[in-house]
Amino acid sequence: MDMSRLNKIDDTCWSVKPAAGVQTAPVRMYGSEALLAAMDDKVFEQITNVAKLPGLVGAAMTMPDAHWGYGFPIGGVAAFDPEQGGIISAGGVGFDISCGIRCLRTNLTLTDITPQLENLADALFHTIPAGVGEEGQLKFAPAQLDEVLLGGAEWAVRQGYGVPEDLEYIEERGRVAGAVPENVSDHAKKRQRGEMGTLGSGNHYLEVQVVDHIYDQQAAQVFGLSEGQIVVSIHCGSRGLGHQIGTEYLVTLAKAASRLGITLPDRELACAPIQSPEGQEYIGAMNAAINCALANRQILAHLTREVFDRIIPNATLETLFDVSHNTCKVEKHKVDGKTRLLYVHRKGATRAFGPNHPALPERYRAIGQPVIIGGSMGTGSYVLAGTAESENQAYSSASHGAGRAMSRHQALRHWRGRQLIDELAERGILIRTRSMRGAAEEAPGAYKDVDLVAEATEKAGLARRVAFLRPKACIKG
Amino acid sequence: MRSSYSYFDHDADIGIIGCGETAVAAFVAAAEAMFAIMADITEVNDVVHVQVGFEESDLELALVIWLNRLLTEARMEGLIFSRFALQRNETNWRGEAWGEPWRAEMERGVEVKGATLTMLSVKQVEAGWEARCVVDV
Repeated sequence: MDMSRLNKIDDTCWSVKPAAGVQTAPVRMYGSEALLAAMDDKVFEQITNVAKLPGLVGAAMTMPDAHWGYGFPIGGVAAFDPEQGGIISAGGVGFDISCGIRCLRTNLTLTDITPQLENLADALFHTIPAGVGEEGQLKFAPAQLDEVLLGGAEWAVRQGYGVPEDLEYIEERGRVAGAVPENVSDHAKKRQRGEMGTLGSGNHYLEVQVVDHIYDQQAAQVFGLSEGQIVVSIHCGSRGLGHQIGTEYLVTLAKAASRLGITLPDRELACAPIQSPEGQEYIGAMNAAINCALANRQILAHLTREVFDRIIPNATLETLFDVSHNTCKVEKHKVDGKTRLLYVHRKGATRAFGPNHPALPERYRAIGQPVIIGGSMGTGSYVLAGTAESENQAYSSASHGAGRAMSRHQALRHWRGRQLIDELAERGILIRTRSMRGAAEEAPGAYKDVDLVAEATEKAGLARRVAFLRPKACIKG
Repeated sequence: MRSSYSYFDHDADIGIIGCGETAVAAFVAAAEAMFAIMADITEVNDVVHVQVGFEESDLELALVIWLNRLLTEARMEGLIFSRFALQRNETNWRGEAWGEPWRAEMERGVEVKGATLTMLSVKQVEAGWEARCVVDV
C-alpha cells in the first residue's frame, strides 16, 4: 500500500489524508507500518469508498488483518445511524453471514491426546462433513428450517445438540432477535437442506489445538485456559443459506441504491437505507442467517463432543466462547459523549466488548469478551480479551484472523497440497482434507504473520492477548 | 474467437474470466471456469440435466445471476456441472447445465459459494466478448 497517503497517529493507528477538495468522512487504519505497507492498494480504495456511504458515524476503519474483499475490505468496520439516512450493506456483512469461531476448552492435556491424535483426526474427519459436495446427516424441509432460522443455537440445544450452558457463552445467548424467515427465499432454504452440521470449504476448519503460551494469567484463568491444555476451534458460518441470501440481496440492494439515488463508488457496496423496505427486508433475512450459523456451529460442537467421547472417554468440552466476524449488529455506542443506536458492520472483524459490558456472561464480565483470531493451519491462533479502549475507538472491534497475504491463485503456483500436508505432519500437525487444491490454497505461507496481527491488535488497544494456540490436527474443507 | 476461460488474482477469493464470440458464449465459458474450481470438470459425466431461467436487462448483473443460479441448482441437488448452454432473448435468459451427483472418488477442489459484483465486467474485446467477476470461495 502506498503509505504516503496516510498520516501516522501512533505506531498502530493511521488516518487517511483527505484528498484536496473532497469532503469525506474520516478513515482510520489499524496496524503496524509493516502490516499496512504489505496490504494491497485495494484495501485503501475499498475503505475510502466505504467512507463515502450515507449515514456513516465516525470513521470507516480497517483492522490489522485487513485485506482486499468485495466492496468492503475484509477487516472493515463501519457504523451507520438509521436516523441520519444510514445504510445497511450486504457487502459490508459478507456472503458467509455470521461466519465465526466456536472455541471449546477441554479437560485434556497434550500428553493425554498425543497417543490418540491420529485416531482423533481420522474420526473427526469422517464424522464432520467438510469440503465441496459433502452433505450433513440432518435434512430439513424449508418449513422445518424456519424453526432453525428463528431459534439459532437455542433451537439446536432444544433438539439435544449440546447443553444449555453452551448458550451462556455464545454471542446473543445463541439466538439473535429480528430474524424473519419469510424474507429468506425458497432457493436459500433448499440450498441449506443438507448443509446443517457441515463445515464448508475454503478457509473453514475444525482444529485441535494446544495452549502453547499464556500472555495474561488472570484472564486465562477466567477463560479456563492453561499451558498444555487442549482446545478445539471450529471456524464456519451460515453455509449455503447465508451465501444465497448474500447473493440475492446484493442485486436487490444494488437496484434499491440506484432507485433511491445513492451513488455507489463500487457496485459491490450495494446498500439501502436501514429504514427503507429493502433495507429492513435484508436485515430480517440476515438475522435469520445469523441464527442459522449459530445453530450450525452448535451442531458441529455436538458432533465434536461425540467424537472425543468415543476416542477419549471422560473428555469434557465446554464452550469457551462463540463469536462471529461477518455481521451487522444493532448496538449502543457512545459518540461524542452521547449514546446512539448504531448498525455496526463488521466484515471480517470480531466484536470485542470490553470489561463490564452488559452483554457479557457473568464469568467474563470483569475481564472482557473472549476474542478469537484464527490463524493458518501451520502457525496458530490467538485468544484475546476485549478492552474498554476498543469501545472508545473502534466500536468494540478487533481483528478476526491472520488475513491473506497472497491470492489463492498465487498460492497454487507456490505449493502442492500433498507435499504441504507431509511437511506439516513432520512438524507434528495432522491435516485431513479431501482437497489437495484447497490445502495448497490455504498454505500457511499464503497468510500474513498471525503473531504480527495479534501484536498490532494489542498495541492498537483493540484487544489484549491472552493465549496462543498451536495447531495439532486440522480438518479442512 | 474460440471460447476459453482463465483466472485472475484476488487476495481472498478467485477471479474468473470467460471469453467467447458472443456475450452468451463468454457467460458459458465463465460458468466452466467457476465449476472447474470445484472439480476436474473433464471427469464429470452428463448424467443430470437442469434448466434455469431469469429476466435481467443489465448485462453485468445477468452474468452474476446466471452464475449464482447455477450454484444454487448444484447445491440444492448435490450436483457438479461441467457443460452449459445459454440463450438470450432481450431480457429473457434461458440456461441449461449438465453434470452428475458428486461421487466419492472425485478429486475435490474448493467450494465456490457465490459470484460477486467485484471486478464485474462484461465487455466487447478485440476478438469477441469477455465476462469476468470475482467468485467467493
